[in-house]
Amino acid sequence: MDLSFSAEEEAFRDEVRSFLDEAMPPEIALKAERGEYFHHDEVMAWHKILFAKGWVAPHWPKSFGGAELDAARRFILAEEQALKGSPLLSPFGLAMVGPLIMRFGTPEQQQRHLPGILSGEVAWCQGYSEPNAGSDLASLRTTAIADGDHFVVNGQKTWTTYGQYADWIFCLVRTDQSTKKQAGISFLLIDMKSEGVEAKPMLTLGGTPAFCETFFDNVKVPKENLLGPLNGGWTLAKALLGHERTLIGSVAPVLRGIKRLKTIARETVRDSLPLLDDPVLRTKIARLELRAQAHQMANFRAVADQAAGKHPGPETSILKVVATTLLQEVDELTMEVMGYNSLNWQSNPEGVVSPLEAWVGSGFCYDRAVTIYGGSNEIQRNIIAKAILGLPS
Amino acid sequence: MDFEFSQDQQLLAKTAADFVSKRSPVARARKLREDATGYEMSMWKEMADLGWLSIPFSEQVGGIGGSFVDVALILEQLGRELVPEPFVPSVVLAGCVLAHGGSAEQQERFLKPMLAGEITLALAYAERDLRFDIESVSTTATKHNGSFVLSGEKVWVLNGHAAQHIVVSAAHDGWLQLFVLDRDMPGLTIQPLDTFDGRKAARIQLEDVRVDKDRLLAQRPGTELLDIALDYGAAAAVAEGVGLTQRVLDLTVDYLKTREQFEVKIGTFQALQHRAVDMFIEAQLLRSIAFKSSVLADHADPGERRSAVSAAKVQLSVGGKYVTRQAIQLHGGVGCTDEHDIGLYFKRMHVLNTLFGDEEHHVERYASSADFDG
Repeated sequence: MDLSFSAEEEAFRDEVRSFLDEAMPPEIALKAERGEYFHHDEVMAWHKILFAKGWVAPHWPKSFGGAELDAARRFILAEEQALKGSPLLSPFGLAMVGPLIMRFGTPEQQQRHLPGILSGEVAWCQGYSEPNAGSDLASLRTTAIADGDHFVVNGQKTWTTYGQYADWIFCLVRTDQSTKKQAGISFLLIDMKSEGVEAKPMLTLGGTPAFCETFFDNVKVPKENLLGPLNGGWTLAKALLGHERTLIGSVAPVLRGIKRLKTIARETVRDSLPLLDDPVLRTKIARLELRAQAHQMANFRAVADQAAGKHPGPETSILKVVATTLLQEVDELTMEVMGYNSLNWQSNPEGVVSPLEAWVGSGFCYDRAVTIYGGSNEIQRNIIAKAILGLPS
Repeated sequence: MDFEFSQDQQLLAKTAADFVSKRSPVARARKLREDATGYEMSMWKEMADLGWLSIPFSEQVGGIGGSFVDVALILEQLGRELVPEPFVPSVVLAGCVLAHGGSAEQQERFLKPMLAGEITLALAYAERDLRFDIESVSTTATKHNGSFVLSGEKVWVLNGHAAQHIVVSAAHDGWLQLFVLDRDMPGLTIQPLDTFDGRKAARIQLEDVRVDKDRLLAQRPGTELLDIALDYGAAAAVAEGVGLTQRVLDLTVDYLKTREQFEVKIGTFQALQHRAVDMFIEAQLLRSIAFKSSVLADHADPGERRSAVSAAKVQLSVGGKYVTRQAIQLHGGVGCTDEHDIGLYFKRMHVLNTLFGDEEHHVERYASSADFDG
């Protein structure tokens, strides 16, 4: 038991800091400092910079081109990026389908897909939810019918985050109608440029086109794009949920949210004094920060387990529930601190309110999704109740 | 960075768990509520023989030279079954100030017999109207013919009703100093009191209690000693709380799996399942942050130590309150009776939450620290 960082680890922290200072383009650095919203192209630009440094996939094994950092270094890298406010990378390739391809893919699939995910040349999105399959994911109806050397896919996915920018989508599809619902599902990788695929952006509550409705109309998908066994997709889906929860449960968005909250409170004046000097507000922020510290330790225990080679299990569900609830509370308090300025909408021209505050309202709205996506927090509680506490059905 | 316990630590935890389950299940704590002392010196001696009382002390004073993490492993098990022996007042509080502030001779005289399980100790630092402030004491120590004369009053002295020696804080020439008193010294009145959780403490009145200067802990300033001791105390409360919340969660989940209403197990109800999960989440957060407070309790930098201890003490309150209150709610009527153990845990949690600074105190301490602005 030792929570201190060794001299080598502290040196790594210095290396990360100087890298972030030197390698981050000025326009991204400015946004990072203010905690502003990053557009997809800015996220991908940052992805490529991290790739060039070799740090884009700290959790991937070296054999697949990852950095294979130990738990302490992963933690340092994530923490320093969070404190800097650097863009959060798109998780769909790096954190989600990538690890699944490593675990369940054929050597051909690994060679074909992993390099593009790493380099950021190929962007991915996730085709899980459907209009009638949200929390009850296994009731999904998108079908893939085998026809010679390919499948023919028909159906609709929805809430497809950044589907309009994605080159590929990983989908849960029904390949057997005759059996019970979990048993007839397969995991399919689909090229978004295939004929019959259409991604229609829709606005989120935050006014950003972060979601899509994705339609599949007789889309031909080569059979070599099946990941894992036919009708074995549910096993992959469950494995992925673990990765997704660890990711959504990450402490980084909460840390950067608290940092932005303090900056805004420092720049907001009441009775000629910075609002951050108000002892009542300080204790409100302190409570959030102390809970974030408890969550950070829970998170670090999970990272240490993963670095020790354990796959994320149901206990990662608590990370998702805690992190997302905390993030919403940070958003809530930030809006409160802003007072009248919280009335601003992100569509206003730059300079109407401070750039730091311009996107707070939008983020506050968008973040209502965090307790819903990746399996709603109620579904997470169902999982913990059954899988960990062993409560009866 | 390393989250694993060493093999020695795993063995220590296992031994402690087995010993506590066999020798001091919660039924024993329930019975000892009626006892005037509230614990047994024979059990204290056994704990000494197991080496538990020696863990955090250096080998020079007969200790084992262990870390606070080792102490925390013991405390977690004591918390699980509410073991009433005065481990915290004697080892963690008084033991700490003697180890950090006592001379070799004082340690030989007061600490060694405690490590051997022959005596117990107490630390008297709290006063009426001071709340969690440890510095602005009204108790005074005046120099008189080469010795000190102490006057004042100390409240809620844990184990003060039974300890052979009581370390008392007093203001001397504008400085806080600590003195080791014997319980039978002239001028010392010890009023035993029942505490909320069925244990014992004391109010102590000092009227011109005369002590020689060899009773002054002079190796470090008194404020510094108390500051360290109370952070140890808070970290100890957290460690005990980890075991306590785990036990309460287990009892509640078992109850949900066995109790039937409407002809089904009540654990099938989603409303109750989600409540139990929220209890689990709070217990996990407490366990996680307890790693930090246990490790950093020994940290040389007071800033880092304070932040970690406050973070953990706040979660002890936020999470500990949630777990113990909901445990009663989910047990229903039976949870409101004295005969069910849930109530004993509920009461102990309130004591742990109050001792060494409550939730408000630690939130404010963090909010006004350099770490908050850093």
